[in-house]
Amino acid sequence: MSLNILAVDDSRTMRDMLRISLTGAGMLVTTADDGVHALEVLEALHPDAIISDVNMPRLDGFGFIEAVRRIDRLRATPILMLTTESAPELKARARNAGATGWIVKPFDPQKLLSSLQMVTG
Amino acid sequence: MTTDPMAEIRTSFFAECDELLESLQDALNLMDEGEHDSETINVVFRAVHSIKGGAGAFGLDALVSFAHQYETVMDEVRSGRLVPDASAIKLFFRAADMLQDIVRTTRDEQHPPPGIEDMLALLKALLHEDAQELDEPVAFTPLGLSLEFDLGAPAIDVAPAEIDDDFGWTITFTPNAGLYASGNEALLILRSLSNLGHCVIRCLVPEDLPPPDESNAETPLLSWRIILEEDVPESDIRQVFDFVNDVCQLQISPRKVIDDLAPTRPERISPTAEAALPPVGSTSAKKPAGDDACPISSAASKVSLVPHPRPARPVDTNAHEPATMVRVDMEKIDRLVNLIGELVINQAMLAQSVETAGMSQQSDIMAGLESFMTLTRDIKESVMTIRAQPVKSLFQRMARIVREASASVEKEVRLKSVGEYTEVDKTVIERLADPLTQMIRNAVDHGLERPDVRRAASKPPEGQITLSASHRAGRVLIEIEDDGAGIDRPKVRDIAIQKRLIAPDASLTDAEIDQLLFLPGFSTATEVSALSGRGVGMDVVKAAITSLGGRITTTSVPGQGTKFSISLPLTLAVLDGMVVQAAGQTLVVPLSAIIETAKLEEQNIHRLSASGMMMRFRQELVPLFDLGQKLGFRDMRDIAAAGIVLLTVQEDGRRAALIVDAIMEQRQVVIKGLGQTCGHIPGVAAATILGDGQIALILDPGDLVWGGASSPHFDTKAG
Repeated sequence: MSLNILAVDDSRTMRDMLRISLTGAGMLVTTADDGVHALEVLEALHPDAIISDVNMPRLDGFGFIEAVRRIDRLRATPILMLTTESAPELKARARNAGATGWIVKPFDPQKLLSSLQMVTG
Repeated sequence: MTTDPMAEIRTSFFAECDELLESLQDALNLMDEGEHDSETINVVFRAVHSIKGGAGAFGLDALVSFAHQYETVMDEVRSGRLVPDASAIKLFFRAADMLQDIVRTTRDEQHPPPGIEDMLALLKALLHEDAQELDEPVAFTPLGLSLEFDLGAPAIDVAPAEIDDDFGWTITFTPNAGLYASGNEALLILRSLSNLGHCVIRCLVPEDLPPPDESNAETPLLSWRIILEEDVPESDIRQVFDFVNDVCQLQISPRKVIDDLAPTRPERISPTAEAALPPVGSTSAKKPAGDDACPISSAASKVSLVPHPRPARPVDTNAHEPATMVRVDMEKIDRLVNLIGELVINQAMLAQSVETAGMSQQSDIMAGLESFMTLTRDIKESVMTIRAQPVKSLFQRMARIVREASASVEKEVRLKSVGEYTEVDKTVIERLADPLTQMIRNAVDHGLERPDVRRAASKPPEGQITLSASHRAGRVLIEIEDDGAGIDRPKVRDIAIQKRLIAPDASLTDAEIDQLLFLPGFSTATEVSALSGRGVGMDVVKAAITSLGGRITTTSVPGQGTKFSISLPLTLAVLDGMVVQAAGQTLVVPLSAIIETAKLEEQNIHRLSASGMMMRFRQELVPLFDLGQKLGFRDMRDIAAAGIVLLTVQEDGRRAALIVDAIMEQRQVVIKGLGQTCGHIPGVAAATILGDGQIALILDPGDLVWGGASSPHFDTKAG
């Protein structure tokens, strides 16, 4: 699966985990530290899917996804939210912002990959 | 080099933990200072949250459960449901300390520190009752250590087949508008469903299907009915719809209940016949609406399953990475430092041989040697910057010492850090931790008064310790200052007499009395408190500082406080020195200690006594010493004829002039320790090897001139 993935997380460990899990599966991974950084990255990148953390400095995951959905060419890009909580209201907020789905941290790489596969085809 | 990616991430995780703990401390300090804006609280929350997240990935349960409780409390603070008072913030600090301990023990694979349960209970007590109930236990699945991927997914097989009516599922799936708006794709969900087993999928199209309209691409028009001919658990099916169950209508029922679906022949279904279907308005251009109803064929799915354009060229994955960092083993850097030390010596020897060979200064070899020297210096400086670290981490450790020490003696103490980004050699930082800890404990234990005493002296009840770092005169200056009662000199004097460290009738200046604190076996605490009992005396502190090539001085004002100043060399490996001759000896004086050199002229010399001399230096009188004589290389002599003076300065601004016979050169020298056997020689800091292979002593002018004066006329061993 040679997908082009943008992974957004303020934790270096998490970014490393995502990069290793995904590049191991043959994907191209670009990472960003927070929502603002990710939006800058997206000016030059058209990923097949985006994985984003919720809690981040400057611009959090909800704000980031809302901003992505306002960009026309990224309206249908699948975005998976990485959360440590599985609270229903959190999912609702993520959905309202435009998230495609969510992965509960700590993620199981298999589950992450199958979720990615499901949302990207 | 480790090749296990998980081990690497683990290392990187703990390194990140250190950074997170640091930002946690910073943010807590801000909160403690009254900063309660949401970003500050968020920083605390995020730090704990990220530690928990990473720890969860590695299955570090102790860390996860502690961080989880801490995070829960911080979430309450963040949401405004909990407004922390001073005691709550104190608890947050202690929880941060505990978190740090758990991180450390986890990293070192040791037993978790004691007291976790108590701290958890304290944190939990901060929560309102309803919040406590919400606090669900955490269950995490560790990531495991092997990363194997099998991504081969079976292709959709939708060919009509023999259907066994007795098992399987019938699923009706009707997307809402939100499904497409959130980047989900009905076809992909169908595809995932088909991974569970053989599917017969029927697309339900409304009769009044409007013409395609791109502007309404996200309005769902179609719904789907799927027969899954596989006896899978219902939860597996629900799993497929996990991301969309809030943006679609979904009916899942066992196959035998609804069996009116003819799988082989597409048929038109009227909307009224399908109660579950929402009213539909227009068609979607991006959805493969097909004709009427269609079992999805492999071909159809292939066409439709390219929902997003892919970039044609690969994107540089590193293009947007922030500054790249490499972690390097300290040993490797040390080896590099040693090699550069050798290089410096080698270069000096080479220069010496070239000169001995009688090469002219203009020759190519000399020019080449010149640039070789510049390069060596640049390399040395670059390597030294690798070793340099801000003292911040050290200062943060001290903040913790202050918290623990002040709690154990029931004093209120605030630590103020100044200049925590001052960079100091890593080894110096490491070896400074113990002496600094002891000095901070002393300041809390002996330096600062109890709150009631402070109030009586019209001071704020909360004592303050200021820890500062700065670069001064080519050295690093670290100061520990308290606003306590100051050194009780009569008491110090009494104790020294009692312990027979000085004669009862010794006449000592204030500075000399302060120096008594550094004598072995001296302790001002009349009864050893739990705090100082754990520590070591100031003599050990002084020895540790001296072994780093540093000096420690004291200033104290009764009723106002005490300040300890530690002055340290910037690096432990190489220094810029002036090579001089005195009484036939070649000596090196650190350049950082020299302000000026001048020719000695008789009219500037003021003789005070047989041995005491002063020298006028730009309208200022400074003590004057003959270096050769001071070091004992020669006897008293008439210095009128002698040559050159070096004006030296100490960190505290005290100056002294040293007479030397000649200045040879200025150059970098490699510092070589004198070894344990020599012990401390007054005025000598270390030794070096010069270009001609000769060994020369590196002087410490401050110690040479003032060192004797600061250990006053008493016999330490006298009975």
